[in-house]
Amino acid sequence: MDRQQKIIAFQTIITKEIRRFTRIWVQTLIPPAITIALYFVIFGNLIGSRIGEMQGHSYMQFIVPGLIMMSVITNSYSNVVSSFFSTKFQKSIEEILVSPTPNYIVIWGYVMGGVARGLSVGLIVTLLSLFFSDMKMVNFPITLTTAVLTSILFSLGGFINAVYARSFDDISIVPTFVLTPLTYLGGVFYSIDMLPDFWQAVSQFNPIVYMVNGFRYGLLGVSDVSLVFAYSVIILFIVILYGWATWLLNRGVGIRS
Amino acid sequence: MKALVVKNLSKTYATGFEALKGISFSVEPGDFMAMLGPNGAGKSTTIGIITSLVNKTSGSVEIFGQDIDQDFALAKMNVGVVPQEFNFNQFEKVADIVATQGGYYGLPRSLARERAEKYLKLLGLWDKRDEPSRMLSGGMKRRLMIARALIHEPKLLILDEPTAGVDIELRRSMWEFLENLNKLGTTIILTTHYLEEAERLCRNIAIINHGEIIELSPMKSFLSKLDKQTFVFELAENLQQAPELERAHCQLIDERSLEVEIQKQETLNGVFSQFSNLGIQVQGMRNKTSRLEELFVALVEGK
Repeated sequence: MDRQQKIIAFQTIITKEIRRFTRIWVQTLIPPAITIALYFVIFGNLIGSRIGEMQGHSYMQFIVPGLIMMSVITNSYSNVVSSFFSTKFQKSIEEILVSPTPNYIVIWGYVMGGVARGLSVGLIVTLLSLFFSDMKMVNFPITLTTAVLTSILFSLGGFINAVYARSFDDISIVPTFVLTPLTYLGGVFYSIDMLPDFWQAVSQFNPIVYMVNGFRYGLLGVSDVSLVFAYSVIILFIVILYGWATWLLNRGVGIRS
Repeated sequence: MKALVVKNLSKTYATGFEALKGISFSVEPGDFMAMLGPNGAGKSTTIGIITSLVNKTSGSVEIFGQDIDQDFALAKMNVGVVPQEFNFNQFEKVADIVATQGGYYGLPRSLARERAEKYLKLLGLWDKRDEPSRMLSGGMKRRLMIARALIHEPKLLILDEPTAGVDIELRRSMWEFLENLNKLGTTIILTTHYLEEAERLCRNIAIINHGEIIELSPMKSFLSKLDKQTFVFELAENLQQAPELERAHCQLIDERSLEVEIQKQETLNGVFSQFSNLGIQVQGMRNKTSRLEELFVALVEGK
């Protein structure tokens, strides 16, 4: 395949992925919007007014970046894990396997599909948040890059999960038992400065802390962690997960017998 | 340059099952070859390795001179495959499935759409282009997979039981389609359980059993090995017992049906004259089985 053919193959996978999640928009775009709107109402408006300020911002303003990031993370992950697993389940993955499309194009095609959904939902949630709080943006490039890199990271995670998954149960284990606890304990609803020393130290091992704080810095200008360290952690995880995904696809794990 | 060269190909699955035991064969460009064998013989494993769906244990495969171990992507450009099981997204539209496949081969969108229209029309699916694939009948789904396999116009087309579960009328129209495709230069390898299909379409034959090739020859020379034929005669009147015929073996299937086995070199005139002498009136006759079927069964069962 020459360069132009590879670009076409890449575009084909992305287009197919976007077509998939927009075709079932009632399942993919609306539920996260409703869930996050409820968070805004309950935690931001009702409970948040009694909590007071956090790091110089109203509680509502403080949780908005975390909730946007939470929706980006869960939607990027679930898009790739469900899409790639269903292509395995229906055997339509063979359409790509018999073609000359290189493995790295397959991975990036699915990952960019996950990024497209993660950012779409992130945008919807951001627009919703405007109904509940005044949005300001301290640094647009940081806001955008942390969101995109985080989305890439969790799309890769979803891809790896889908490769290993053998049943529909397997694609919900990681989101339920790993992703959700890490997200809730990742500083979405609180500053990790509020935690006792021991739990602050434990939180340093939660990668989602760095993503939420990096994104929060982009929007509010406040962060519990160093921005350089946050970027380094995200990029390091992307490199590791990409290497892992490539190894799996080259070996044909769960795909080729 | 051969269309396909398979050398000492073997495959042992993780379970320890040895699906292929070092098979070798080649296919000339423009050939129409039948690959036959009982279920589990190794046909689909062979196709899987050629199309990269199965990892080989050892051996080599060359497609139009391109070794799959050296540049599988280049080799894949020349192959199209129609698998045994439906393997497309059940929720996608028919035209999208075919055009998307073109994208995986790097075809520009306009060309992929143009080719999708061409092949969907040729296979009688153009009217269904906007329907989700799950709404198609079994025969239509098979034709959809043929259209999809042809989107990049491969020089070698491999079909794994393409007419399974397809009604007779449709099967015949698929035969015509494949014959025309072959006449236009596409090399075709076909696996099938309908031996009449292989006998009609294919010039060469490979029979695989227990992971080994037990027969590899031109169809004509293979069929010439058949040394006897069996006919069933429908009788005008009831018979209580089978008559004794010279140079033929007879047995009654029922009172009005007589099965007669004769050596290939014998003529039917001899049988008919004996019937006349015995006062047996014949209303009709047919071949008991296809010629290929008799040979196939004899080979596979080791008779």
